[in-house]
Amino acid sequence: MDAQTTQVLAKAIVAGLSALGAGCGMSGGIGPGIGEGYAVGKAIESMARQPEMRGTLTTTMFMGCAVAETTGIYSLIIALILIFANPLVSMF
Amino acid sequence: MNVDITGPRILLSIPALGGFMLTESVVTTWIVMLILVLICRFLTKDMQVRPQKKRQVIAEWMVTSIQDLVKNDMGDNFLGTIYVPFIGALFALSAGCSISSVFGAKAPTRDLSTVLGWGVLVFILITYNKIKYGGIGGYLKGFTEPVFVMTPMNIISEIATPLSMTFRHFGNIVSGSVITALIYGGLSVLSHAVLGLIPGAVGSVLSQIPLLQFGLPAILSLYFDFFSSFMQAFIFCTLTMVYIGGAAGN
Repeated sequence: MDAQTTQVLAKAIVAGLSALGAGCGMSGGIGPGIGEGYAVGKAIESMARQPEMRGTLTTTMFMGCAVAETTGIYSLIIALILIFANPLVSMF
Repeated sequence: MNVDITGPRILLSIPALGGFMLTESVVTTWIVMLILVLICRFLTKDMQVRPQKKRQVIAEWMVTSIQDLVKNDMGDNFLGTIYVPFIGALFALSAGCSISSVFGAKAPTRDLSTVLGWGVLVFILITYNKIKYGGIGGYLKGFTEPVFVMTPMNIISEIATPLSMTFRHFGNIVSGSVITALIYGGLSVLSHAVLGLIPGAVGSVLSQIPLLQFGLPAILSLYFDFFSSFMQAFIFCTLTMVYIGGAAGN
């Protein structure tokens, strides 16, 4: 195998594995999904118990959801970097 | 289908100023700022002690709600300081920048640099308040708590604060635009395939028009452009207030 073929092959392997890594990395979206669902369920329970607290509960719930979302957003950013701005492909 | 998340378009490059680059997001931010200033000028025109016009009531409602927000999240001693207009301006700019995508502009908040600028600003304010209220010795001592071994962890978490705020805002807006682009592309392919099933000339003409792109993207845009924009602006401001209030020892 000559040098050029090896280079093309290396790039192809890196690109393919990066796409696989991006897909696997997005499994980080599972955690925030479960967590947010739990938070919303608890908020609805509290609203059913104390309907007059509805405004405060909604605001706090959205705040908590947004903070819980962070890990999902991190994995999204890693996936986006791997797909659109891959730093590893240019190494070969 | 074109999903573009690379940096913003460079409109102008000035080599005389050390390669200063004027990007699309800078220009859009300027336009948003101009519109915000004009809105403020319009709302506060000929104000009276007893409000006669609707616009003065709206302006007063805006100011009081931001004051309430600051009072609840930062404590009473921040009321009447520079932080009230700062939080208001941050909220308006963040929401305005994200909503500018409705008018066809590429939202400046899709550019990491814009949001990172705000994150660095917030980081400077947190550090300033920590030094102001705890003294420089107290600020440095805060890194060694609860035990001295934790110092590297504390430094990392100090740097992670603005980075996490930045990535949260950036990631939410970018994910919205990527999902919208994917759905537009998918609907175009789908309508080409479905309408192509109609026999004759009618089908071949209709399949060229992405009819299915009407409707559904509007509902998504309502969520991603309006709800998500305001939500992210609100969260960014709330976290700013919580961190600054915490730095001041409340």
